[in-house]
Amino acid sequence: MSARLMQGNEAIAEGALKAGVRFFGGYPITPSTEIAEGMAKLLPKVGGTFVQMEDEIASMGVILGASLAGKKVLTASSGPGISLKQELIGYASAAEIPVVIVNVQRVGPSTGQPTAPSQGDVMQARWGTHGDHSIIVLSPWSVREAFDIAVKAVNYAERFRTPVILLTDEIVGHLRENVELPADVEVYPRRKPKISRAEGYEPYKPDEDLVPNVANFGEGFHIHVTGLIHDETGFPVGSPKVTREAIKRMHEKISRAEDEIIEVQTEFMDDAEFAVLSFGGTARTAYESVLDARKRGLKVGFVRLVTIFPFADKIIRELSKNLRGLIVAELNFGQLVNEVERVAKCPVKLCAKYDMTIFEPEEISAAIDELIAEVK
Amino acid sequence: MRKQLRLSGSGGQGVITAAIILAEAAVSEGKNAVQSQSYGPEARGGASKSEVIIDDEKIYHPHVKNPDFVLAMTQKAADKYFSDLNPNGTLILDDDLVPNSPAFKNIVRVPITKLAVEKLGKSLFANIVALGVIVKVTKLVDFETIKKSVANRVPSHTVEQNMTALQLGYDAV
Repeated sequence: MSARLMQGNEAIAEGALKAGVRFFGGYPITPSTEIAEGMAKLLPKVGGTFVQMEDEIASMGVILGASLAGKKVLTASSGPGISLKQELIGYASAAEIPVVIVNVQRVGPSTGQPTAPSQGDVMQARWGTHGDHSIIVLSPWSVREAFDIAVKAVNYAERFRTPVILLTDEIVGHLRENVELPADVEVYPRRKPKISRAEGYEPYKPDEDLVPNVANFGEGFHIHVTGLIHDETGFPVGSPKVTREAIKRMHEKISRAEDEIIEVQTEFMDDAEFAVLSFGGTARTAYESVLDARKRGLKVGFVRLVTIFPFADKIIRELSKNLRGLIVAELNFGQLVNEVERVAKCPVKLCAKYDMTIFEPEEISAAIDELIAEVK
Repeated sequence: MRKQLRLSGSGGQGVITAAIILAEAAVSEGKNAVQSQSYGPEARGGASKSEVIIDDEKIYHPHVKNPDFVLAMTQKAADKYFSDLNPNGTLILDDDLVPNSPAFKNIVRVPITKLAVEKLGKSLFANIVALGVIVKVTKLVDFETIKKSVANRVPSHTVEQNMTALQLGYDAV
């Protein structure tokens, strides 16, 4: 396939489709609308369904229903809409419903700056819904990777029966660049019951990987779905033991597979004394600053989180042992930096920006120079 | 060789569409291209800007710095966006919409919108006229390539008018 110019949002729609998404429920909002537009064009061609709902809450509700009925599902929004979806994201966690939510971040809080880039929803992606829950958050830095990550997000949602947040930003969402997309991708199929009801099937009985094979509605099984803590039958149980085990399992089904889920790109780290850590669209600028530092003879490395959560504790801890300082460049007032500081074994410096504009390479280069001066 | 362009005007003039078509043309010639945009929350009016970087190498940071070419379709855009132009670069202005030339040595003035209105009856075609001008001035892509890219992007019943618009711009400089 020859290269074509494609937008990040468009690539997310293409990737989701390729991964088997056949239902999209959404409500338009800048800068995410092109994902809905893409799905509206693509889904009818493959027998899928696109529904524009009355609001973001209903958009989340309708994909939960479609997922329970056996479809792979997607919704997309930005800050204000993502806030509205939080209650039902928690429901997806509790009821273990595979869903992918794309957040194309813009400046907040509230309606903020609708068309301007930001990365201010990092901690919301992790903790936006209430209660102890586990979640997977992935963030692309290019249009091509937006496609790949859309595929991964759908696969992880299905494999772990969990909500997955595809956390992108206006930079990547609206960026157009040349891409060549693969003809085929690896697709994780919808999990199915392995035994019949007569053989003692229980919808929320975990498989060996701690994930239950919840049957799709309408395929002959009796299913009860609830946001209340439930036992393996799916019915609510008010016991400390069941509660403890349910919460523990929901965490462990993801944490036990962390090494597979966590993806971190590192460049120039072999001899690095300092490094810049970033993610999403900001990482593109950070990378140029690192290239510039290398040209200036400075031993600076580059670390990019592709998986934001589960957080790369082990990897950051290990690589920071060899560093004299680490910069966290993020397009917000300082969020991811707190996670990095929690695990890093070297001084950590925040390079933050929150003024509607993306970083210029010079700004991150200046932070590199400041850090070097500070630790000397 | 990296080439950087900034197309600016106000919302509704089609500068973002023009930038997309230009980037598509570059990609179809086998080059790397990145196109980004910034605009206000309004559907029409308000400042609108789109940037294109074309390079044989990989492009990371997506914003232009010291553009080689700037197109300005409003006075406000001209005043705001010429300042960091590469000193050897070119500033392309809509002759009627930008009455006052900024203090820059290499300026190309073309009555872009006027040509669209007079020859095609609609200011709607101004962005494609501008594309013709840009391709002639910048020589970044072949005229044949941009023709194909325009034809691929515009509604099929408007292809003929858009080809005329493109040619008008190309012949105006």
